[in-house]
Amino acid sequence: MNNSKINRIKDLIFQYVGIICTFLGLIVLSILLFNIVKEGFLRIDWDFLTSLPSRKADKAGIFTAWIGSIWILVFTFLVSVPLGVSAGIYLEEYNSNSKLSSLLELNISNLAGVPSVIYGLLGLEIFVRGFSLGSSVLAGSFTLGLLILPIIIVATREALKAVPQSLRAASFALGATKWQTISYQVLPASFGGILTGVILAISRAVGETAPLIVVGALAYVPFTPQNPMDEFTVLPIQIFNWVSRPQAEFSVNAAAAIIILLLITFVMNGIAVYFRNRWQKKINW
Amino acid sequence: MELLFILEIDGKKKLIGNMKKYIEAKNIDVFYGDFKALNNINMDIPPNAVTALIGPSGCGKSTYLRLFNRMNDYIDSFRMNGDVLIDGENIYHNDIRVDDLRKNIGMVFQKPNPFPKSIYENVVYGLRIQGIKDKTFLNKRVEKSLKQAALWDEVKGDLNKSALTLSGGQQQRLCIARALAVEPSILLMDEPTSALDPIATAKVELLINDLKELYTIVIVTHNMQQASRISDYTAFFYMGDLIEFDTTKKIFTKPKLERTLNYITGRFG
Repeated sequence: MNNSKINRIKDLIFQYVGIICTFLGLIVLSILLFNIVKEGFLRIDWDFLTSLPSRKADKAGIFTAWIGSIWILVFTFLVSVPLGVSAGIYLEEYNSNSKLSSLLELNISNLAGVPSVIYGLLGLEIFVRGFSLGSSVLAGSFTLGLLILPIIIVATREALKAVPQSLRAASFALGATKWQTISYQVLPASFGGILTGVILAISRAVGETAPLIVVGALAYVPFTPQNPMDEFTVLPIQIFNWVSRPQAEFSVNAAAAIIILLLITFVMNGIAVYFRNRWQKKINW
Repeated sequence: MELLFILEIDGKKKLIGNMKKYIEAKNIDVFYGDFKALNNINMDIPPNAVTALIGPSGCGKSTYLRLFNRMNDYIDSFRMNGDVLIDGENIYHNDIRVDDLRKNIGMVFQKPNPFPKSIYENVVYGLRIQGIKDKTFLNKRVEKSLKQAALWDEVKGDLNKSALTLSGGQQQRLCIARALAVEPSILLMDEPTSALDPIATAKVELLINDLKELYTIVIVTHNMQQASRISDYTAFFYMGDLIEFDTTKKIFTKPKLERTLNYITGRFG
């Protein structure tokens, strides 16, 4: 066999390995989805979305949980996005000290790898006890905000890096200051990328359970939060509570709640993809 | 060298005063880290003329050009000695605000780099960042700059079209219009036609010839014919040294040094 034939066979083998890997992931995911939908789909109705939690499985609903999730989502967004995006802009555009920069970079990547339960402990000590916020929406949002901060910083930096240097040069050469260049040219050009990163980070926060349990979010909260200082629960905690009960009816409830949580995540990811595509169409280097 | 600056308003010519638009470079050394990119350059650039900088790649001509609007400042390892004076003022003095300096010095880059915005927004950007909001003023300036850059007839139908939909040659003329819109007195061009086809190149060259009445133009080029066609003065750089600087006619007909002759006739470089 000559060399080019061997290369063609290698090419073919790799192609099939790739196809098998792709479908393996998809098959596992669809089995999971199928099971959950089969178990929980019929349980979803208007009452399920608007009922308070209950000891009786057929009367229990996820009203407090999804309202709580939305409170958490909004406040996490408000906390983490301004901080994360500003930090990303500073690191990418302003910080020219390469030693400090690489030190910060290392630490941020390390932070992204810290288990989320550790962030829960940090939140418990600093926000719940230190700032005396109690087990409130604010304490939970601050904690989740810290958790996704590294993701937002990294996503912002990547989006800024993708803006060609020639664009900055053009702006500077016309007499623009650094901030004018960033705000008029660099940020609009990288907006799609930053937004995608932010939405993916937030949708991760929506699914987090462990840090909120540590911070003290409760499974049974008979009311929805009225202000940021109220106690709260979120969908993942409700799900966790239901699957840990022995009765089969509760696992049906859990499956139904998982469908709702998945829907929220899918919708958010969909929004991210939509904005990314729209921005890519508009800006074509 | 001085020049009386005449402004034309409504067909009446008005004497504004003595504008010099005059660049002087004194004892310039430039280093990138340990590498010496320019070696004791003394060269004044005459106003209202086209000065071409020629020489093989890496000879320092682009570095020299970027000294005049301080674009080298963004290179981390950049270091320089000596003075660059524009209209007698040292532009590397601590009191100089770089953004103010650049409002007076336009620059056109090697690759067309329009902003990913509309044609109109591209041209008015330099004015907007100076805080000018007057619509009629901006509209007039857009028309004037695009006409100066010989692009008006091709784009006047749809100024709100994205600049990225233009062809490479049109984009480069848009970049020239964008630089002219702030009415600088000096125009720096760093190989402005190297990414363009011959037809677009011819258009830009014609344009440069028209513009020298109003502007001091410094152009870096790799194209020897281009230098001889459009410039009034030519400077030949080699390995960080300024080898010869004279009128273009002299450089291309009877240069003083053999090295220059060898380069322009293509025997090395």
